Amino acid sequence: MARIGVFVCHCGENIGRTVDASSVAEALRSHPGVVHAEDYRYMCSDPGQTLVREAIAANRLTGVVVAACSPHMHERTFRKVVAAAGLNPFLCEMANIREQCSWIHEDREQATGKAIAITRALVEKVKANTPLETIRIPIERRALVIGGGIAGIQAALDLADGGAEVVLVEKESSIGGHMSQLSETFPTLDCSQCILTPRMVEVAQHPRIRLYAYSEVEEVSGYIGNFEVKVRRKARSVNETLCNGCGACTQACPNRKVPNEFECGLGKRPAISVPFPQAVPNMPVLDRERCARFMAIRKGITKAVCGKCAEACTRGAIDFAQEDRFVTEKVGAIIIATGYQLYSIGKEQPEGEGLSGYGEYGYGQVPDVIDGLQFERLASASGPTGGRIVRPSDGRVPKRVVFLQCVGSRDPSRGIPYCSKICCMYVAKHVMLYRHKVHDGEAVVFYMDVRAAGKGYDEFTRRAIEEEGAIYRRGRVARLWRDGDVVKVQGFDTLSGEPLLLDADLVVLATAVRPQPGIRALAQKLSVSCDQHGFINEAHPKLRPVETNTAGIFVAGACQAPRDIPESVAMGSAAAAKVLGLFSKAELEREPTVARVDAAHCAGCFLCERVCPYGAVGRREVRDRAGRLVKVVAEVNPGVCQGCGTCQATCPGKHVEVQGFTDQQIYAEIAAL
Amino acid sequence: MSRSPVSDGGLRERILQETGVNTARCYQCGKCSAGCPMAAETRWRPHDVMRMVNTGAVGPLQDDPSIWLCLACETCASRCPNGCDPARVIDALRERFAREAPGGVPRPVAAFHRAFLDQVRRHGRSFELGMVMEYKLRTGALTEDALSAPGLLARGKLSLTPSRISGIGEVRRIFDACTGSAGTGAGGTGAGGDDR
Amino acid sequence: MRTGYFPGCSLHGTAREFDESLRAVAGAIGAPLAEIDDWNCCGASSAHVVGQRLAVALPARNLALAEAQGVEQVLAPCAACYNRLAKARRVIEEDEALRREMPELLGRPFGNRVAVRNILEFLTDALPVIEARLVHAFGGLPLACYYGCLLVRPASVTSAEDPEHPTAMEQIARACGAAPVTWHMGLECCGGSLSVSRTGSVIRLGRAILEDARKAGAEALLVACPMCHSNLDFRQRAMTRDGRPPIPVLYVTELVGLALGIEPRRLGLDRHFVSPAPLLARRGQAPAGGRH
Repeated sequence: MARIGVFVCHCGENIGRTVDASSVAEALRSHPGVVHAEDYRYMCSDPGQTLVREAIAANRLTGVVVAACSPHMHERTFRKVVAAAGLNPFLCEMANIREQCSWIHEDREQATGKAIAITRALVEKVKANTPLETIRIPIERRALVIGGGIAGIQAALDLADGGAEVVLVEKESSIGGHMSQLSETFPTLDCSQCILTPRMVEVAQHPRIRLYAYSEVEEVSGYIGNFEVKVRRKARSVNETLCNGCGACTQACPNRKVPNEFECGLGKRPAISVPFPQAVPNMPVLDRERCARFMAIRKGITKAVCGKCAEACTRGAIDFAQEDRFVTEKVGAIIIATGYQLYSIGKEQPEGEGLSGYGEYGYGQVPDVIDGLQFERLASASGPTGGRIVRPSDGRVPKRVVFLQCVGSRDPSRGIPYCSKICCMYVAKHVMLYRHKVHDGEAVVFYMDVRAAGKGYDEFTRRAIEEEGAIYRRGRVARLWRDGDVVKVQGFDTLSGEPLLLDADLVVLATAVRPQPGIRALAQKLSVSCDQHGFINEAHPKLRPVETNTAGIFVAGACQAPRDIPESVAMGSAAAAKVLGLFSKAELEREPTVARVDAAHCAGCFLCERVCPYGAVGRREVRDRAGRLVKVVAEVNPGVCQGCGTCQATCPGKHVEVQGFTDQQIYAEIAAL
Repeated sequence: MSRSPVSDGGLRERILQETGVNTARCYQCGKCSAGCPMAAETRWRPHDVMRMVNTGAVGPLQDDPSIWLCLACETCASRCPNGCDPARVIDALRERFAREAPGGVPRPVAAFHRAFLDQVRRHGRSFELGMVMEYKLRTGALTEDALSAPGLLARGKLSLTPSRISGIGEVRRIFDACTGSAGTGAGGTGAGGDDR
Repeated sequence: MRTGYFPGCSLHGTAREFDESLRAVAGAIGAPLAEIDDWNCCGASSAHVVGQRLAVALPARNLALAEAQGVEQVLAPCAACYNRLAKARRVIEEDEALRREMPELLGRPFGNRVAVRNILEFLTDALPVIEARLVHAFGGLPLACYYGCLLVRPASVTSAEDPEHPTAMEQIARACGAAPVTWHMGLECCGGSLSVSRTGSVIRLGRAILEDARKAGAEALLVACPMCHSNLDFRQRAMTRDGRPPIPVLYVTELVGLALGIEPRRLGLDRHFVSPAPLLARRGQAPAGGRH
């Protein structure tokens, strides 16, 4: 005979405002099988939990229904309470009378009636609940970090220093990410390379880090604790074991006119090159699109042309025939740290569905209109100009530089409503770098709001205004166009109320931060979700900022939202700590709400196998005592199963069911409504 | 101590109903005013108009010709980051002001629109010579070159007689139905400024 | 597809040469135009100041007439008329209540079925024919293509492929052998609607347009709007500082007509205030006669 306890929570005003919790408790008291019902202001609080625990003991309860918030919020909490009182935790259910009841209704009487109905349904379900045991699965104590920018580097180092093995996969030929392109960093103006490169070297030398640079994640299978990852090692046309990074090949290459991606197109590179001298690994990549030998092959010329790099290499490391290779790694956890790209004002936006560029700013066709990363390269001592800030068009030192904030950002009409967060700070930094190098230069900043919340941040932007003489004009610019050797800037200062038409020598656009191209494809491989802009969704915006909704997969840095360096580093460390916490357990515990096949009745049609979205259904041979094959039945791998119930709905004989959500339980719940 | 009145947001709401433009989306970036061809000549620019509608304090707009100088070129609307259409809001305000306080409409502007629509109501099409004559009479600017008639006549660009369409009755009915008050002038426009 | 023709008031008055050149070009490329019977003024720059309903209803009557005439699209060469017709069509399309109300308001059946086309779309469609029948290509005449407002804005109403960088007029000019210059005022407003009531503003705006065209080396301005034309042609003397050579302002249909070898007078080129004759003579095109 069922002895159910019902606990109704007011959730302060959240439920109490529209639902009369004591009436709900009162109504449930007379429900068949309910032996105890009470209400309390905050059931999840310590006194509330004590009420539940004591009621279980006093009334010898066989099941518990907590009428409160969503099970996503507190199911775990109350199942722990129930377990502490000696009851199987899966005999506790949440009746959600908040999200779809008190929050959305206004009529108190009707909302209370609905809350009673919901709670009754759950009572009926609990009556049909059976005790379930937690699933235990082994853990592979290695982690995959995707992306070798500062967030990924930090995560990899923290993990490795914490004793875990790390596989670090980087798409580009060197780790370092965008931080390696920066000149100085805010708010301290310390040199980016100086603080970053030692960490890059640490990665390369760490005994527990395996670095796959110039590689991409191809396929991911498995589940928390037991992922299998296929990595594509893209062909560098350079034998990694033979190359010693001497650079003779790059010196020998006759094609020196390739736009340098690392320099954001402001410099040139040979067809075989390393992105920058401090690259890790210090190993070149041959760009087959630009290499004379491969261009000739594409044109159908059979005779081998050029080959100057191979001639120059004393170690015979140049391998024109090299192909992409694949390696498979087993890991227990994955950290996504793929970083960002900058929005382009051009007509074409990479993976920019719903985005449009800025025709009024010339679609990126005006040579002296550049973006923030290009300015970093101009200001960088290791950049194409050796740190001299000059105009791309004619190499002259600009006497007036106009900076535009919020280009793309906070512009719903162009497809990006969010604030890119880092620009207010880096524009203030750019102003300082410019004024330090060009003393008689004028820096004008068009901004909408200065958003500099962070330690020492507001002081930094104030310094740009108060001490570095930057002229901050509040307003968006309407148009930019080239007029002779100046760029005309047509703006407005909403504070002074004056229309402005400025002649700028150089215009720097603080373009929006967007996730890297390819992020959606990667997210799909990992079964994690992205928001509408392509940023990886965290599991909870406040309480689980570095976890994703897929167990065992974590997120760090600007692939989750626009992030600056301190935040990216903090997220990298946080994700690493989460992974180390996971690895500290001997076995993984999983909720037993997974599908189970009734092997005795399974007819072996394997429809469940076909419909399972997670590939969790396999086959098992059933043999008699003499070892003769009786039949083949479906079997669910509890480690992979996500408990979605697709198999349960599909099985013609109803012989596969998700534990805790059997047809009997669901029907009992519905019948009570 | 008396409490300052709470704004009811009524004007913003009414403008939203009339124009579909949610002025609350405006965050005062001034991009509209930066590109406005009349910004150099006006006291209140498009972003000021949006602000005033949002706060409900449009009085200053009634005391100044600014919004009557809007060319409806739609440069503001095409560049607004928030998809607002200041030109449309200005139209709605002009309609409202002309109805509520026709005396506030600058005389040449009112005279032009009135003279123009007068011709349309009378003939179904605009009759330029008639329009110019009426405009000059209304403004008293008899010697100004509203449109220099001799030059136009010499080039065959000005007809001396209006051409009236046969469906003129339909056009007049449209005017009556849309302006609601056929008696306020031939155009029924309400955009009069005779007392000014 | 049968194309209805909505000339609008200007093309029967101050912009007669636009009407004349369009009819001549349409004849030459074999695209007959059926004028909408008994059309009325679209309300232009005044009706919308007075009331949105009037600004929609006046153009809507013309759309209803076109519908009754059995055409699927109507060509409105005047940029203002085009904008007003297209806007009315769109407003009615989006407002179910207004659409239901229209037949009674107009006193006519109305299904809002007729598409509205502008002169650039009309000529772009005809480009293959124009190119095939070209007899007098302009040898690289530097032209400033001036769109103004009403052909491109707002993008939700017009069909401009890109309201900040339209290229239709340039393509037509190139097909005629002209060489469009790169300049910056092609989308700025000339002040059209204040032409009569605030001439000073119009002079200021027009001067900036003309000066930028000169600076870019243009020998003529190409327009597709009667208001722009009357401002920049008729008022050009007031806009031009001493000693600067005048810049003829050509309708896009006039340029096409000349390239098709149509006699300048049939295109109404003799009706301009800034005579294009010297330019045409210089460029090997027959000079326009008379009336200057």
